[in-house]
Amino acid sequence: MLEIKNINKSFGGISALSDVSFNANEREIKAVIGPNGAGKTTLLHIISGIYPPDGGEVIWSGNKISGMSSVNIARKGISRTFQHVELFGHLTVLENVMIGRHMRTKAGFIASGLKLPFVGREERKIKAKSEEILDLVGLRNKEYELASTLPIGEERMLEIARALATEPQLLLLDEPASGLNEAETNALSVFITNLKTNLNLTIMLVEHDMGLVMNISDSIVVLDFGEKLAEGLPEDIRNNKLVIDAYLGDEDI
Amino acid sequence: MFTVFLQFLFSGLTTGAVYALVGLGFNIIYNATSIINLAQGEFVVVGGLLMWLFSESFKLPFLVSAVLTILVSGLLALLMERLTIKPLPKTDLLLMIMITVAVSILLRGLLMFKFGKNPYVYPPFTEGEPFIIAGAVIQQQTLWVIGITFSCIILIYLFFNRTLIGKAMRACAVNPTAAMLVGIDVEKMIMLSFVLSAMVGAIGGIAVTPISLMEYDKGPMLAVKGFCAAIMGGLGRGRGSVAGGFIIGILESMTAGYIHSGLKDAVALLILLAILFFKPAGIFGSKTALQMRRF
Amino acid sequence: MGRGNFTTLLVFITAISLFPFIGSGSYVLTVGIFSGINALVAIGLCILMGYAGQVSLGQAGFYGIGAYVSAVISVKFGLPVIVCMAAGMAVAAGAAVVLAIPALRLKGHYLAVATLGFGEIIHVILNEWGLGGPSGFGDIPNFSLFGITVESASSFFYLVWGVVAVTAVFSFNLINSRNGRALRAIHDSETASNAMGVDVSVLKIKVFILSAVYAAFAGSLYAHYVTFISPASFSLFHSVLLLMMVIVGGITNIWGAIVGAVVITVLPELLKKFEEFDILVYGLILTLSLMFFRKGLVPLIIDKLQQRKGSGRA
Repeated sequence: MLEIKNINKSFGGISALSDVSFNANEREIKAVIGPNGAGKTTLLHIISGIYPPDGGEVIWSGNKISGMSSVNIARKGISRTFQHVELFGHLTVLENVMIGRHMRTKAGFIASGLKLPFVGREERKIKAKSEEILDLVGLRNKEYELASTLPIGEERMLEIARALATEPQLLLLDEPASGLNEAETNALSVFITNLKTNLNLTIMLVEHDMGLVMNISDSIVVLDFGEKLAEGLPEDIRNNKLVIDAYLGDEDI
Repeated sequence: MFTVFLQFLFSGLTTGAVYALVGLGFNIIYNATSIINLAQGEFVVVGGLLMWLFSESFKLPFLVSAVLTILVSGLLALLMERLTIKPLPKTDLLLMIMITVAVSILLRGLLMFKFGKNPYVYPPFTEGEPFIIAGAVIQQQTLWVIGITFSCIILIYLFFNRTLIGKAMRACAVNPTAAMLVGIDVEKMIMLSFVLSAMVGAIGGIAVTPISLMEYDKGPMLAVKGFCAAIMGGLGRGRGSVAGGFIIGILESMTAGYIHSGLKDAVALLILLAILFFKPAGIFGSKTALQMRRF
Repeated sequence: MGRGNFTTLLVFITAISLFPFIGSGSYVLTVGIFSGINALVAIGLCILMGYAGQVSLGQAGFYGIGAYVSAVISVKFGLPVIVCMAAGMAVAAGAAVVLAIPALRLKGHYLAVATLGFGEIIHVILNEWGLGGPSGFGDIPNFSLFGITVESASSFFYLVWGVVAVTAVFSFNLINSRNGRALRAIHDSETASNAMGVDVSVLKIKVFILSAVYAAFAGSLYAHYVTFISPASFSLFHSVLLLMMVIVGGITNIWGAIVGAVVITVLPELLKKFEEFDILVYGLILTLSLMFFRKGLVPLIIDKLQQRKGSGRA
């Protein structure tokens, strides 16, 4: 279980998150929504260790992870995608996924340079597993293309594939549907639901596409100006007066 | 005891003034482009050697020589920017570092070809007895160096804060895209920043050569010291780099005087590393300003 | 290493083994030896800069540490040369850690100037406290292993280029492993690398150590070949030359580093007839190659070959 406890964060005196608390249960899709500037991405950055919080704690499986470096948080089984795609553009599609296997493998500089027998075995395993994941996201046919050449929809799928390669228990998705067309969004919602049921993942989703959010989320947290406005089941949120007011003129809900 | 100290202080102020000018030159270009022009030191050398050429070899009057030197230095920088900086993508940092290094080698090659490896010197600007303060000797040329440095600093401050072009150049530093959108010719401002910084460097070279001599290969060390000054003051902050330049000059001359002359160069470098490692925003700089930078 | 690299390696080894028979005379061999020594440093610098995206303007510092530590220990204590060389590499590795840890936070220009400062400090230290001061010292023993001393130019040529070949293979293996992949990844995005569990800091320190050890190895080979060293060989100018080798050859290619090292080492010998022109021509070549062959010689040749292949097929 992921517990967000009284998180505070401000940048240069401007508060981005104030006193935000909620939990995400295991094997649940938790959506975080809110108008632009509500602090959603900041929250994901705090969970994944890119920013330390100013106050409060993040607890993952009973251990405090806030304040840890993002490498160590990744090693605790938390992986993520980025709102502004952060792929390794000079690496191939396959290599991007293989990077996800890095923390699950061992060969050091000297072993790699000497090409000790176990290094080759390990590398073959990395490749096999990565190709398996590429099959899952439907990018196997592009495995030798450079990541920078992909269209946005495939970039987003590749980011998910790379995150999955780390074998996370918690997956943080930052606007995975942004830039996608309707067909791609529909495919994405099926895909995310399958990740939950087939891989037993806990998923935290920051998203603007309300159709997607209402469709796949088990529960929703609404942020507004850095504060938690509401939390509940999709139908509760849909009918929540405060939420409707906050979104008025912003988006259809 | 105090006399000796004062003597070291004066000599530190002289070298410090040149470092300040080099540091200022770094900042002028950095502010317009986020590039560190590692050929900055060469322009000081160009200033000193050209001044010798015009005044001693061609026997031109002092002022004519000085003006010609400054103009030719500006022209060299103009050529450098048009031919090597402009055609290249400014986003490729390594390329930007290397191209300025390459140009500095090229300039050094030109200088060695023209002037050889010997040091050059010409008479001080004014003849006359040195001043004696508390027993310490202060050459008239030292006063010239310090006076010219401060005049440069004031003129550049006025240029950036009182003239339209100066303000436009500052705008490019803060946000090149926005500057372009409001109709500022960013390319021209970059060109201008190279010319201006080369001129500042050349003025330093003209002033300091009668005291410390000038030879073709002094550039890299001057660049390193000037960069120390700029870093110390917080990269991009003109007045900070001036303070930094004087501090480094004085520390160097104290080290040379009281500890060991061979360690003089190590002082500036140690300061540089200490600041880079522990306070990269500079002693006078702010961290937020640093984070806003592209490089 | 892939098949293309393997073929190139065979050609490379053949060329190297035949060279002493074609290019006779100790002068030509010496230039060949210096090319090999520089190639060794350049390979490390290529991995550091071309793959990991770090900048070093102070590589001559590590090179100097390798040369001085190894030479001083062998002269003062008479230990076996190979032990002295290992000590040189160990000290350089230590220096790399000392430099890399605080430099982790630095990028771009800041890192460039920090490494430049490091190189210059090593130079000042060698001038002040190095054996013999600015004029250096001699009588450094020749390289020897298991009682066999390598004295003649041709045998040292084989030794140096043997080391280059082994290092190149080691480096290719490294580049094509999970570590090489991770190095390229941190070049593209440190944020994403960290978030995927790739420890950027540790990798950066490791790659600095690697390049420092290569440089120190080369430095110690240099010392035990020329048997006389002075700080002048380990100046900022040498750092710039090393950088030039990597860039002229093609920064993202290990073959490029080797080709670049040979070109930049041989060039001044060819330019010697220009005498006082040499720095000028040097600067001109570097500037022009940066302007017009930004990718470097080797990628340029690869492109040409592939174009020909492509047109032949059509």
